[in-house]
Amino acid sequence: MTAYNKTHMRLVWLGLVYVMTLCAQEIPPAATRPVEFEKDIQPLLRKRCLACHNGQISQNGVRLDDGAAALAGGYSGPVILPGKSAESKMVIRAASNKKGFMMPPMGPNLTADEVGILRAWIDQGAKWPAKAAAAKGPPKQTHWAYLPVTRPAVPEVRNRAWVRNPVDRFVLARLEREGIEPSTEASKATLVRRVTLDLTGLPPAPEEVAQFLADNRTDAYEQLVERLLASPHYGEARARPWLDLARYADSDGYEKDQVRPYAWRYRSWVIDAFNEDKPFDQFTIEQLAGDLLPGATIDQKIATGFQRNALTNREAGVDRAEARFEQLVNRTSTVGTVWLGQTVGCAQCHNHKYDPITQKDFYQLMAFFNRADDEDILAPVAGEMGAYLRERPEYERRRAELFDTYKVEAMQEEWEKQMVATMDTPGKDLEWDFWATSMRAMVDHAERSLRTPKLARTALDAERITYYFINNPGPANNRDKEKMDCFRDLRRRLGDLDSKYPKLSQAMTLAENPKPTPAYIAVRGDYREKGIPVEPDTPGFLPPLPAKEGANRLALARWLVAKDNPLTARVTVNRFWQELFGRGLVRTSEDFGTQGERPSHPELLDWLANDFTGNGWSVKHLIRTIVLSATYRQSSDVPKDLAEKDPDNALLARQSRVRLTAEQVRDAALEASGLLDTRIGGPSVRPPQPAGLDALGYGGSVKWRESEGPDRYRRGLYIFFQRTVPYPQLMNFDAPDSNVTCSRRRRSNTPLQALNLLNDPVFVEAAQALAVRLLQEPSPDRLERAFLLTLGRKPTARERERLRKFLDEQASGAAKNEAAAATLVPFVPEGRKVAETYAWTGVSRVLLNLDEFITKE
Amino acid sequence: MELHDLLGLKARRRFLSDVAGGIGMAAFADLLHADAPNSLNVNPLAPKKPPLPAKAKSVIFMFMEGGPSQMDLFDPKPGLAKWSGKPLPESLIKQTRLAFIKSDAKVMASPRVFKPMGKSGIEYSDYLPHVGSCADDICLIRSMYTEAFNHHPGQLLLMTGTTQFGRPTFGAWALYGLGSESQNLPGFVVLTSGVGTSGGATNFGSGFLPSHYQGTLLRNQGDPILYLSSPKGVDRNTQRATFDAIRDMNQEHFLEKGDAEIASRMAAYELAFRMQVAGPELADFSKEPAHIREMYGIDKEPTRQFGTNCLMARRLVERGVRFVLMMHASWDQHTYLNRELKKHCNLSDQPTAALIKDLKQRGLLDSTLIVWGGEFGRTPMVEIRNTQDPENAGRDHHPLAYSMWCAGGGIKGGQVIGKTDDLGFNIIEDKVHVHDLQATLLRCLGFDHTKLTYRHMGRDFRLTDIAGNVVDKMLV
Repeated sequence: MTAYNKTHMRLVWLGLVYVMTLCAQEIPPAATRPVEFEKDIQPLLRKRCLACHNGQISQNGVRLDDGAAALAGGYSGPVILPGKSAESKMVIRAASNKKGFMMPPMGPNLTADEVGILRAWIDQGAKWPAKAAAAKGPPKQTHWAYLPVTRPAVPEVRNRAWVRNPVDRFVLARLEREGIEPSTEASKATLVRRVTLDLTGLPPAPEEVAQFLADNRTDAYEQLVERLLASPHYGEARARPWLDLARYADSDGYEKDQVRPYAWRYRSWVIDAFNEDKPFDQFTIEQLAGDLLPGATIDQKIATGFQRNALTNREAGVDRAEARFEQLVNRTSTVGTVWLGQTVGCAQCHNHKYDPITQKDFYQLMAFFNRADDEDILAPVAGEMGAYLRERPEYERRRAELFDTYKVEAMQEEWEKQMVATMDTPGKDLEWDFWATSMRAMVDHAERSLRTPKLARTALDAERITYYFINNPGPANNRDKEKMDCFRDLRRRLGDLDSKYPKLSQAMTLAENPKPTPAYIAVRGDYREKGIPVEPDTPGFLPPLPAKEGANRLALARWLVAKDNPLTARVTVNRFWQELFGRGLVRTSEDFGTQGERPSHPELLDWLANDFTGNGWSVKHLIRTIVLSATYRQSSDVPKDLAEKDPDNALLARQSRVRLTAEQVRDAALEASGLLDTRIGGPSVRPPQPAGLDALGYGGSVKWRESEGPDRYRRGLYIFFQRTVPYPQLMNFDAPDSNVTCSRRRRSNTPLQALNLLNDPVFVEAAQALAVRLLQEPSPDRLERAFLLTLGRKPTARERERLRKFLDEQASGAAKNEAAAATLVPFVPEGRKVAETYAWTGVSRVLLNLDEFITKE
Repeated sequence: MELHDLLGLKARRRFLSDVAGGIGMAAFADLLHADAPNSLNVNPLAPKKPPLPAKAKSVIFMFMEGGPSQMDLFDPKPGLAKWSGKPLPESLIKQTRLAFIKSDAKVMASPRVFKPMGKSGIEYSDYLPHVGSCADDICLIRSMYTEAFNHHPGQLLLMTGTTQFGRPTFGAWALYGLGSESQNLPGFVVLTSGVGTSGGATNFGSGFLPSHYQGTLLRNQGDPILYLSSPKGVDRNTQRATFDAIRDMNQEHFLEKGDAEIASRMAAYELAFRMQVAGPELADFSKEPAHIREMYGIDKEPTRQFGTNCLMARRLVERGVRFVLMMHASWDQHTYLNRELKKHCNLSDQPTAALIKDLKQRGLLDSTLIVWGGEFGRTPMVEIRNTQDPENAGRDHHPLAYSMWCAGGGIKGGQVIGKTDDLGFNIIEDKVHVHDLQATLLRCLGFDHTKLTYRHMGRDFRLTDIAGNVVDKMLV
């Protein structure tokens, strides 16, 4: 890596012009003799420049291997100005000895003679003879992932009896080549728990297990799969990994990390989309450009919340243009990873080192998003509208009265006038400057709203401005104690009023900006260093957009799911495979570039991609195909020889044992104990967490107000995600931090997880509830019931013996000191003793802590 | 590296036969030490030797969030008086970026009195008499600079080497490189005081490194480590019996399944049990003698909270914890500079000095690297948010020149690195970029910063991104 490529050289670049002038004074004089390109210049370029400035790499867009390209310049404009050598960037930088600026960035500097010759050549007209052959352009792509999806023939296999569908033939053909036998099918008990966890995220109830075990029909498993695919929890299970990709969170991130009260609308949209098996191409189009669809529905607009999940930096000192730029970078990189499986983020600052994506590609891709504005909309959920319409007139009347009493309108008008004046001519009044800066940061497009005549503002914008004023009436009003008292009263009364009347839910969406700011390449990734302008376009190494004219997000979305796009379908089927096997056919599911791993079964990947798109991009079809395969149904036991031959299970001679995700661990404990609230969708919840954790948030601004009632027992994917203070159990079990897109969760195994499961009140409560459940249910074999509820299977004799011993010890110990034992037992079922309940709570804790309990086998 | 990558298959077979042969849990003691013979390496945090000879074994990073004002604490600028009330010369401010104030804001002289301290005679502000008294142990860097001039980006840069999200923090890198000496406490511990920081949990995340490298927040109330105490009504015996039952059941299952993940979960539970024993002992200050308590000021205000954290930091380091991140917020004095700076100095100066002196008297300073400082400094120009209140004056963010200091752990004390101009605006000698500091600190821990890398998305990442030079002058 060179200093030349340093990503954040902002301050150095800040003084670019200044430095250039400085350097100009030190440039050696031009040679006085006539120079010849082929004799004097070309060898020098070859020796010192072409390593980075050729047709393949072209750092900063500069090519010095081709006359026309060289004279056209790079991302920051021309580098050779014929006749003006002292002003040509090429010369200025070649003459510099400033680290991070000089060219070439490494090795000895050009000598004064060499610079002099370059100058002479430029001053003499920078002639590049046509016969000095243009070098090769970018090489033809040969990387597998950029080539069209093939239509591989389903291979022949010897052991046909094992095969259940084409998936198996691909897997078995490979195993037969390697001389490895596939594993036998997992037991029915294992299978039902596995597939229920995979398709719904929840473990099966004992009754569901019993039903499946008793079902002797030949298609019992197929029936089970159909039932699970139709479960409303299917959408929840599919949504969670997608929310990881969408870096979904309930707060802005960065310092202020403000709550996003309506982020959940997007989450609900995702759940619903999977439940109704929205075709993945449509699913894609709506998230990227739902607002641009003809007659876009509110739901289609809500889908664009995908983009809005990017972080928002409201730190007041941050330049708004910078905050916006960072957000667009986040959106661009995210789309690159999610649909294309490409690490396009590298190209923010420089051409990708290994993959063909150029910096220009990155900014062209970003230009699609540059044309969209963030737009919060009123998006009522079912049932809200009636009450709202009924009560709104009265609410508005009462609010108008309140505002009249406090003369809000007149004061706000005055305040707005001053605010706009400050924005027009900053630097006149320090205090107003500060207030204007703060408002710009805290209120989305504040300035645009303020400059819109009051009556022309959208209802939401108008309300936002008024409420912001009432909450932040300074600075002039701040000095008037009497006025401040009035504002305090007003805020209290307004709060009371607002809490009594129904509101409409909102949603965070995108809307196309009719007058977008022009897009440029940001030289070296610095938003202040504008390079050449760019138009929205797709990366050059992939099939082109059908029409460049009018290229917008909708065109981009359609391009992503077009037939000839080699990446989207492959990347997508691979992720669903990863969900079901714990690793993808391409292990690096986030990176299909040249640095990513190659697929273990390339033909299978392509077959699945074809099968997926050929069946209308149906995710349910894809999932069904995979889980019905014999490959999926194999046992996950790890025989010794297999552990040695294929420790990572790339060849799929067995299933993989996979630890449950953070959310699943919690859901499973609550489900086994009967506490889980299985309602689907809706706003995020805040289950109990130890006091004081929220103090980690900036300046004490984060408040974790515990949810009440059954909301405490909602599924993990509904837990409020505060980016700077995430819920500890989620982080302990490897949930992503939601700041950047996450294609693949890690699975760690730590003592903090053990403490979490053993001692977190949530899990203790689950154990207590499970014990009570066991003691209340009439059951001839309570221990067996406990196993069925937690592990979905019966205990072995040895397990039974061991837990029986533990149970007896615990009961006799507790009987000796019932008072102490009672503290663990908040409730003793009728006809039971404290000691007995205590002992069963203990057994429940053991079961909820077993590796098997938190593992999908 | 995922845990199962660490598991040698040979070792796994041996473990299987050990368990089957009845050696069982006795083997676990070995499993937890990478260097022990018969080690199974199930513990990714097992201590590792660094590639280069090194003094520092642990780090106490005193992260002073917000940007402490260098010209009021560490970098005396009598020259400011001459400019006081006037804007800076235009040549200086032409290209300056400022968070809140405008570039024509007036210069504000520092009312602080600086005095030479120790044998080295390095000048410290009258707000820092105690830290000043450690001048001979401290390497004061007056020439720090950074690119970010807003809090969260600045904190990301200081902690992760970039303003982008998703990278591991310094503590996570240290743990990844060195593991932890402690087998019953987390290897990377976070202590907080004051109010919450801009970065929050992003200051101690593990980024793309596995999450066992992330910092564990030691809490100021309740259990020091989250979920450390057994539930109410569960005494030590019951908890141990529970651990035993879990272990036996897991072992039974392991024999059937043969999956090494089960073995590593068994090891994790043993560690958890040890943590439950060690945690309360860690938090029990009752055996600290009176003079030590006094030294740190833990029984009085305003030093109680900061002092408690300093003493805790020492106790953590004594127990083999690799990286202690103390986060104190906030030194972000846009307003009421004199009053607020005094407040934060008063509550932290004595305990900070006590930590240095206490580590020294225990012979631990040589192996403990202390780092003190924030994400950037403050402007020589004044910031005023309330024109009516003369006390309201403060200073804005300044990334071009600021001060930090280091002590112990291979750092040469009693010296100043770098020099700023008369106005404290620019550095004129020995610039130390945040990446240079990171490179130097990693060197103290025994790493060439360009070689402590982790492959992610096809690239070898490192703390210093693609920059950084070790500041040799800082080293012993």
